[in-house]
Amino acid sequence: MSEHIKLPEGSIEKTTTTLNLGPTHPATHGVMQNILELDGERIVSADQTIGYIHRAFEKLAERRPLAQITTLTDRLNYCSSPLNNMGWHMTCEKLLGVTTPKRVDYLRVIVMELARIADHLICNSIMGVDAGAYTGFLYVMQYRELIYEIYEEICGARLTTNMGRIGGFERNFNDIAFQKLEKFLDEYPKALKEFENMFQRNRIFMDRTIGVGGISAERALNYGFTGPNLRAAGVDYDVRVHSPYSSYQDFDFTIPVGSTGDSYDRWLVREQEMWQSLSIIRQAYQKVQAFTGAEAEVYHADVPEYYLPAKQDVYTKMEALIYHFKIIMGETDIPAGEVYHSVEGGNGELGFYLISDGGRAPYRLHFRRPCFIYYQAYEELIKGAMLSDAIITMSSLNLIAGEMDA
Amino acid sequence: MSLTNEIIQQRLTEKFADQVGEFVISYDMLQFSAPKEINLKVLNFLYDDSQLAFTFLTDLTGVHYPDQKGQELAVVYHLHNLKDNIRLRFKVFTSVEQPDVYTATGLFSSANWMERETYDFFGIHFVGHPNLKRILNVDEMDYFPMRKEFPLEDQTRIDKDDEMFGRG
Amino acid sequence: MSRPVSYNLIQKPLEADISMAPLPDGHQGEGFFATSLDAVIGLARKNSIWPLPFATSCCGIEFMATMGSHYDLARFGSERVGFSPRQCDLLMVMGTIAKKMGPVVKQVYLQMAEPRWVIAVGACASSGGIFDTYSVLQGIDQVVPVDVYVPGCPPRPEAIIDGVLRIQDLVAKESLRRRNSDHYKALLESYGIQ
Repeated sequence: MSEHIKLPEGSIEKTTTTLNLGPTHPATHGVMQNILELDGERIVSADQTIGYIHRAFEKLAERRPLAQITTLTDRLNYCSSPLNNMGWHMTCEKLLGVTTPKRVDYLRVIVMELARIADHLICNSIMGVDAGAYTGFLYVMQYRELIYEIYEEICGARLTTNMGRIGGFERNFNDIAFQKLEKFLDEYPKALKEFENMFQRNRIFMDRTIGVGGISAERALNYGFTGPNLRAAGVDYDVRVHSPYSSYQDFDFTIPVGSTGDSYDRWLVREQEMWQSLSIIRQAYQKVQAFTGAEAEVYHADVPEYYLPAKQDVYTKMEALIYHFKIIMGETDIPAGEVYHSVEGGNGELGFYLISDGGRAPYRLHFRRPCFIYYQAYEELIKGAMLSDAIITMSSLNLIAGEMDA
Repeated sequence: MSLTNEIIQQRLTEKFADQVGEFVISYDMLQFSAPKEINLKVLNFLYDDSQLAFTFLTDLTGVHYPDQKGQELAVVYHLHNLKDNIRLRFKVFTSVEQPDVYTATGLFSSANWMERETYDFFGIHFVGHPNLKRILNVDEMDYFPMRKEFPLEDQTRIDKDDEMFGRG
Repeated sequence: MSRPVSYNLIQKPLEADISMAPLPDGHQGEGFFATSLDAVIGLARKNSIWPLPFATSCCGIEFMATMGSHYDLARFGSERVGFSPRQCDLLMVMGTIAKKMGPVVKQVYLQMAEPRWVIAVGACASSGGIFDTYSVLQGIDQVVPVDVYVPGCPPRPEAIIDGVLRIQDLVAKESLRRRNSDHYKALLESYGIQ
């Protein structure tokens, strides 16, 4: 073409196309914007804009007493709210010096692993949807509904659970919750096996995801990756194993690790983590059932200064009334200090940095959000790849906009 | 022998004498601070040293202390040694009149957006940052919202009655 | 000590094997049915609404559950969700809209062709929700006119379906002349939309 049409020098200044993969797009799960420079179909550079759902959690948290911040943590990674809630409760317990009894720890483990399964289910099935396979998504959403029913029996809500209190849970798990858990443990493995058979050795899916969006372990560590994305790159860092919380050291599980860090490895790591989570839930359920007698009724730590007493005690006993008053009006003694606690969230190390000055609300609360930190690497992951690879990479990273912008 | 908080404190005081200070162990994590001029030197020392090996930046954030005159804004680095599983907290302070701190993006690529977020919220200017713009708030915003003097609510809203919310 | 859980055991007896939707008012005869054009077009439109899911946060996940097979929204005619504003009738804004996102919502609304309806799903889209902060738009009715508000944080899928059914009522009863009327023009003027 260029030998027949002589254009003046410098008239075509740009040889690349600018494409706005804008905040409203079916492929961006949540609102993020990417301005891509494309050379034909290949991506030359990408410029990310986030903040389209910035809700000022950190400023809000400076106004709320510690127990009211749980509702904010729900909305961080909203696909696995109980994980965030439990992480926040453990941070407060670290600050206040509260140790929870074993039964509470095991119940927390059950809830956290169910949340992890829910989060990974969404990520893997939406990866299938982005590659064109809608069926897998519909099959596994049924089991997310079963997980929601279990949450409803425990705390009353499906999605934004606000589950638990500082020191334990607000009520004991009832029999129906355990029945539903048993039903889940019976039926879910078959569905997960079916889902796996649909995708794992599927030629089209493998061609779409192998070699796409890969990252080496050193670059991943430098970018601050944690969670399944880091484990797919080859580093076996899992907060549950390295800094065990909530009695995770009593459980027997393995950490799946990938090798190349591409999208297929991320899918496989999440799939294997779901099997590991199922095994952890079974172990935790057996341990919970092993408690007998009075221990089987324990669902919170014995800390009357921070845990609201039972209502019938408030109306009949003087100490309970005083504790109730002090907790609600914010007169309890919260020690001043700085604490950092992290849990293994669905996307990686979710950290809470809490500076308390002794008052009712924190002086400063910062959330270490894994999605925010590893989205910086997106440009490096898709440089030179094709546009459809960029879409699959974005969905394999499991970007949740609520956690990214906080 | 494996790394402990005492060894870290000892190595730091050997290298930097009395420039590093305020060593506190709070909830099993060692915390110290240094003047803002040497923050990169300290970070590089912690990164390159084969015994200390703090090669993972967990978190970078800011705090506003309006009562400490001359040292109102703090930048807090959380570092992690993945091999020995030790965490460390490192603070630098700067004044609000001239909030310049050297950027850590040369060492840790993850510091890029975390410093942009700290700039967006507190106004701390990171010297040498490749792209220091607002990241979470709207670009036209002219104040730094996380500083203590600014309110949480949008003052121009008309549909919420502050009297009813107890803020009258 | 937990309260015993009770189930709704009172079942409504089925009146007939197939329940029929009510006919609009009109005259019937052998092989014909005469009614007003408004009613026929309303009936056709309400059962084939193409929604545009503008899902930003947690309510978007409840929408995904609504579109799933348990609480199927497709049985009400909204099988085909579109992401192109030109092809959609119903803008479902689900989730918090920050001030940065406000112009985007307005742009998407402007790109939709008449007749268009807007449903604000969730507390954040209706009024800002629990986020009374400097960065969150206190309700999308600051930027676009809204037809139905669905409260909840997040609303249950049954509530979202109820909101869509209310929109269907509005669609069925809407006059064909409404979009050209002065009243509607004044409404759009108040939002700065020509």
